[in-house]
Amino acid sequence: MLRSVSKSFVGVRVLDHIDLDVTPGEVHAVVGENGAGKSTLMKIISGAYAPDEGSVVFAGETRVFRGPREARRAGIGMIHQELTLLPDRTVAENVHLGHEPVRRGLVDRREMLARTSALLTSMGAGPLPVDAPVGRLGIAQRQVVEIAKALALDAQLLIMDEPTAALADHEVELLYALVRRLRGRGIGLLYVSHRLAEVFDLADRITVLKDGTRVTTVPAAETTTAELVRHMVGRDLSGYYPERAAPGDQGPVRLAVRGGGNRKLRDVNLRLRAGEVVGVGGLQGSGRSALARALFGVAPFTTGEVRLDGRPVRLASPRAAIRAGIAYVSEDRKGEGILARQSVLDNALLAARAISGPWSGRAGRTTRMRELLGAVDVRTAGVDQEIRFLSGGNQQKVVLARWLALGPRVLLFDEPTRGVDVGATSALHDVVRRLAREGAAVLMISSDLPELLGMSDRIIVMREGSIAGELSGAASEADVVALAVGAAPGAVA
Amino acid sequence: MVDTLRGRLPRVRAGGPLPILAILGVLLVLVAIRQPDFLAPASLMSFLGRSAPIILLAAGQYFVIVSGEFDLSVGSLVTAEVVIAARLIDGEPARTWPVVALVLASAAFVGLVNGLITTWLRVPSFITTLGMLLILVGAVYLWSDGSPKGELSEQFRRFGRRAVEGVPVLGRVPYALLVVLVLGGLAVMLMRSDFGRTLIAVGDNARAAELSGVRSGRARTIAFVLSGGAAGAAAILLGGYSGVSFQAGSGLEFTAITAVVLGGVALGGGRGSVAGAMLGALTLELLFALMNFSGVSGTVRPAVQGAIILLAVAVTAARSPSR
Repeated sequence: MLRSVSKSFVGVRVLDHIDLDVTPGEVHAVVGENGAGKSTLMKIISGAYAPDEGSVVFAGETRVFRGPREARRAGIGMIHQELTLLPDRTVAENVHLGHEPVRRGLVDRREMLARTSALLTSMGAGPLPVDAPVGRLGIAQRQVVEIAKALALDAQLLIMDEPTAALADHEVELLYALVRRLRGRGIGLLYVSHRLAEVFDLADRITVLKDGTRVTTVPAAETTTAELVRHMVGRDLSGYYPERAAPGDQGPVRLAVRGGGNRKLRDVNLRLRAGEVVGVGGLQGSGRSALARALFGVAPFTTGEVRLDGRPVRLASPRAAIRAGIAYVSEDRKGEGILARQSVLDNALLAARAISGPWSGRAGRTTRMRELLGAVDVRTAGVDQEIRFLSGGNQQKVVLARWLALGPRVLLFDEPTRGVDVGATSALHDVVRRLAREGAAVLMISSDLPELLGMSDRIIVMREGSIAGELSGAASEADVVALAVGAAPGAVA
Repeated sequence: MVDTLRGRLPRVRAGGPLPILAILGVLLVLVAIRQPDFLAPASLMSFLGRSAPIILLAAGQYFVIVSGEFDLSVGSLVTAEVVIAARLIDGEPARTWPVVALVLASAAFVGLVNGLITTWLRVPSFITTLGMLLILVGAVYLWSDGSPKGELSEQFRRFGRRAVEGVPVLGRVPYALLVVLVLGGLAVMLMRSDFGRTLIAVGDNARAAELSGVRSGRARTIAFVLSGGAAGAAAILLGGYSGVSFQAGSGLEFTAITAVVLGGVALGGGRGSVAGAMLGALTLELLFALMNFSGVSGTVRPAVQGAIILLAVAVTAARSPSR
């Protein structure tokens, strides 16, 4: 479908003669590190960008789309990572946006509802309130609506960009089922994801991109995770996780919570020691993020007691928590982490500037920060570059540097490697482990079970707002899942 | 289409002062062609002095806009302060300095009220300051029974109309210009300080800033106080220059916003420099002077300002990445 496509931005070639084809009834996965060219590739196919060279061939014809709208009309649907539905319009209105059934010059609402119901039923997507505003639906349901919207235009090719990024585990299963049904209907799917496990679950063929070139395209059945990773990063990632702390490396209790509770949490008892990385597992909405946000003073505990290095502390606001020596990396990097339009340096210095008094701590601060940014290996054209031009992984390293400048004693990470490419993930893991070794206590929330198990010295699992249990670092994925869903240990194999 | 258009725009760092300097340069050339006398030191100095109040207002407005807010109250605040100063001084030279202090303090206080209503009560600043605009207009009419009373002392007026005489090359250097240079320099330094950088951070992403320990409400409130204080300073210069009337500051809030936007500052916050905002004010005044030389009526000013705001915002939008 793509014939030798190239695209450059400001003289930088981001795609170099890419050939790619998706056949009807096939799931074709595209994997690659951030910056490998996946997004650009998708935007060319979906009509958002025009290729500099090469062409898009769709249904046997060479096509030049003048915009996403034309591509949609031609039958190429794009499901974005950030969904593009109108929250105040109903499901049916969203599905038929721009091509509402009309009778006597007016929108035929009854026809629209009927068509939407029929469409959703044919997708086997389960019951959805077609007359309810989309804003009332969960993320997974919105995604179904987004797909229905593409199918309403008779899409023959669906492009899905990290569709599981915001989904909980059981929702992922539903999405898988939907993808398989679409494939069965003869629709071609181009599936972009960071999660290799997912790619193996779904894909018929896998294409690996690296630095704007196509490394390989292989049938999924004929390759392995290790091989794909090697193709993606061009090196072997055995010894993928840094070494854990030895029992003797752990110091005194840094942070202790007794009977902590608030609107989302109850009876949380927790101790973090200097030198250890404590993983937090659990389903979405189980209180994992609420725990980190309580400790950081975003939504503080209303009951119970928190002690830091033995002294009681009141963590009433993020500022109070920062002053007490706590740092927090949010799961929502764009919304709560970076200042998109400011430079790398301004982003990195934000916390230091917010905390320091008017006359103190300024001497040499910028110089030290430049060194720190180098030490966490931020790849950038210069520290004056705006951070929004960096990849997700490099943005995350800048956020990390922001906190390292303060020398925090406790670090709270919420999904620190979400949307971060394989190479940068590895670098972030190393930094987290090094911080622990230097005496910090680390709490790390992760939905990525291999990461949780690979990084943590111990794992606490949350369920319904409280701690369901604690596991050693040697636990299995099944143990974590069993605790998270409330099954007896060993029940989930 | 948009892609090709975007490709042709010069690649200049967004929010930097280069575009406004280029526009200013072009206007200077046009002025030099049409009215070469204007660039003689004497008339140039006088022009800079005349432009001083609007430059100060632009600097004040900048703090508010870069933090993501608006201050529509500054025009009527200028009027109120001029009228109040005239009535309190009532021609008595001895009252000059106390009244100068009172004007600055009360203007800053109005800014404080704007800031607290916006941050504590969470009223959108557009509404807060629109309300303040109307309240100030009404209060001044009420207090002065419909027509301005009293008069400013000569000592008070010298800030706006006198100059340092006999400076080599330049001739007369208006006090107003000196005031702008000092306050403008302070504003630039402030924006390089931790406070300035965190203020921009609040305008870019208030949530992220708060989660890094920034007290965003405090930063925004200070921005309103600075805007109010700048309006007080502008009132002193303007009262001296053009006298006491209910029209003294009329419409200046929009002139200031136009100047700030022209100077490359993004409405909505997070981008642009205070130097750019002040240069924007100067450019706008030069544009009006050029229109005057060309025989264009001064009554089209609001239309020109409106067009500039729309154009500047459209250019910014075309350049920023569409997601």
